Amino acid sequence: MLGTTTTLKVQTPEGVTFEIPLASPFSRCLAFAIDMAVVFALTILLSQVINILSISTSGIPVLGRVFGDFGTGAAIVLQFVVATGYGMVTEWLWSGRTVGKRVMKLRVIDERGLSLGLKQVVIRNLFRLLDMMPSTFYLIGGISCMVTARCQRLGDIAAGTLVIREVEITPPALGELIGTDRNSFASAPHLEARLRQRTTPGEARIVLDAVTRRNELDPESRLELFARLAEYFRRIAEFPEEITIGLSDEQYVRNVVETLFRRASV
Amino acid sequence: MSPRFVNSYLPRPHSALAPPFPLRHTRGVILDLDKFIAKERFFWDELAALLARQDAQPNRRQSLEEAQRFYYLYQRTSSDLVKLKTFAGEAETTRFLERLVARSYSRLHEDGGEKVPFRPWQWLTRTFPATFRRHGIAFAISIGTFCIGAGFGATALKLNYDSKADFIPPQFGHLNEKPSKRVEREEKKDFDAFQGRHEFSAQLMTHNTKVTIMTMVTGFLWGVFTLILLFYNGTLIGVVIYDYIADGQGVFLSAWLLPHGSFELPAIFMGGQAGLVIARTMFGWGTNLRLRQRFARIRGDLLTLIGGAGLLLIWAGIVESFLSQYHAPQFYPWKIGFGALQLLGLILYLSLCGRRPARENTRSL
Repeated sequence: MLGTTTTLKVQTPEGVTFEIPLASPFSRCLAFAIDMAVVFALTILLSQVINILSISTSGIPVLGRVFGDFGTGAAIVLQFVVATGYGMVTEWLWSGRTVGKRVMKLRVIDERGLSLGLKQVVIRNLFRLLDMMPSTFYLIGGISCMVTARCQRLGDIAAGTLVIREVEITPPALGELIGTDRNSFASAPHLEARLRQRTTPGEARIVLDAVTRRNELDPESRLELFARLAEYFRRIAEFPEEITIGLSDEQYVRNVVETLFRRASV
Repeated sequence: MSPRFVNSYLPRPHSALAPPFPLRHTRGVILDLDKFIAKERFFWDELAALLARQDAQPNRRQSLEEAQRFYYLYQRTSSDLVKLKTFAGEAETTRFLERLVARSYSRLHEDGGEKVPFRPWQWLTRTFPATFRRHGIAFAISIGTFCIGAGFGATALKLNYDSKADFIPPQFGHLNEKPSKRVEREEKKDFDAFQGRHEFSAQLMTHNTKVTIMTMVTGFLWGVFTLILLFYNGTLIGVVIYDYIADGQGVFLSAWLLPHGSFELPAIFMGGQAGLVIARTMFGWGTNLRLRQRFARIRGDLLTLIGGAGLLLIWAGIVESFLSQYHAPQFYPWKIGFGALQLLGLILYLSLCGRRPARENTRSL
């Protein structure tokens, strides 16, 4: 099969269909390598902390002996807990992402496109022990990824999960609609703020409708409408002459719309 | 509604029901994209902001108004996506809306059952023993396979004592020693409560936990390797038991193995039990559900079994480090008694705890 499917197609009960891009085996390998490095670093760090504790208590007669032995035991348990629990904790707390997956922009989700459940997180991480066989070569998991249509290792199949690519998409720009490359009002942010403050939602809707429907108007009506709107907005928030010089009424109103509806990307 | 209305918008060029205009020319005419984006953008932004807020605080409970607003925005954005796909086909905005709808869908339909708080006491007194009993046959097969392995190991050693070294893995090399010699040496040792005990305990806990998890997860390969692992571990125990009993060291063996083995072995059997539950799920006997649905049904039980086995192993590791390895003959009866009591307690706990009262059973009938 080898990557026969590159997207997860989901149809919601509302009848909407959307697609989520699946992660490739290569990007998953890189994410895993990063996670291994993090686990290794965490293990060394914890071992050092335990060592320091053991050394600092070594001078105390009974406590020193207890801590000396306890430290070694604790280090063994912590290594095991970090190696097994790292994936569980990070994927649960960060909604299906580990450090490696964050770097590679991947995320684990339910195979129906839903959020991960705790049971799924634990099961897929327990099955890692089998996927990593033989030894730590990840041969079983790798072969499973290659032969399943949706690139699932055995842990993913058992837990009902998928690894997807997170695609950052910015919302469509309003600039094209407004038709201005540069809004001269932007040079006076305090006045823009005043304009936003003094404009009611109803007025904002009217002025947006005017801009979006401008081509439906005959030339005279268009001139008259934009003249009246420009006059109104000049009254409620006056911009200095050096900003508005050379602007037609229509351009002035477009600037107003751009100021009112400009949003940060999500 | 007649079929004519239902199908009137589908392109059927060879049919009398074909629409009177070519469909591809309608794209972009029906929907003024710029106007559409400008009008709907507020709702998309609001939905994105709500999602960002939920991502930042995943455990926060929404108010009814907020949930209703979220659902409204989700429906509206879904509807926008359908409109856009049908009438415009503008790739960038479509992808943006798909992402928004996907995130909202994921939030809206997430499994409510997961939000039920974990109650440790209820889990310990009801869920775990009840789950154990529900898969009693798998446990019986697990213990049976282990016993067959033990019988095989004991018989093999009886028939050919020289094969002992072939059965004992390198990490348990000390078991190759003649039992009576080891007993003599161990009984002369002074017990040091601290030296090496924590380390040994930690090694045992992690090793046994790995074996138990491995016994479970190999069930995915249709249970073959689960059975092999159980048989192999049984063989090892069978060899050791026969070796010590044949050498007249049965009391030492009981005092050595019973305190921790009464919890450790059942834990490994539970790993096998979980593995066999997975194997049955793989085969899908007696059900026409798909593999995904079958796994969804057993996930909770698997976690319960492996969680219970983990608890038993932690206790077994502590007992093995601090009690089992203390070989003073005068304490043998106490150690054997302690191990037997533990085993009895475990059997009673797994058999009786979490059963519904008779009144409830009657009502459910």
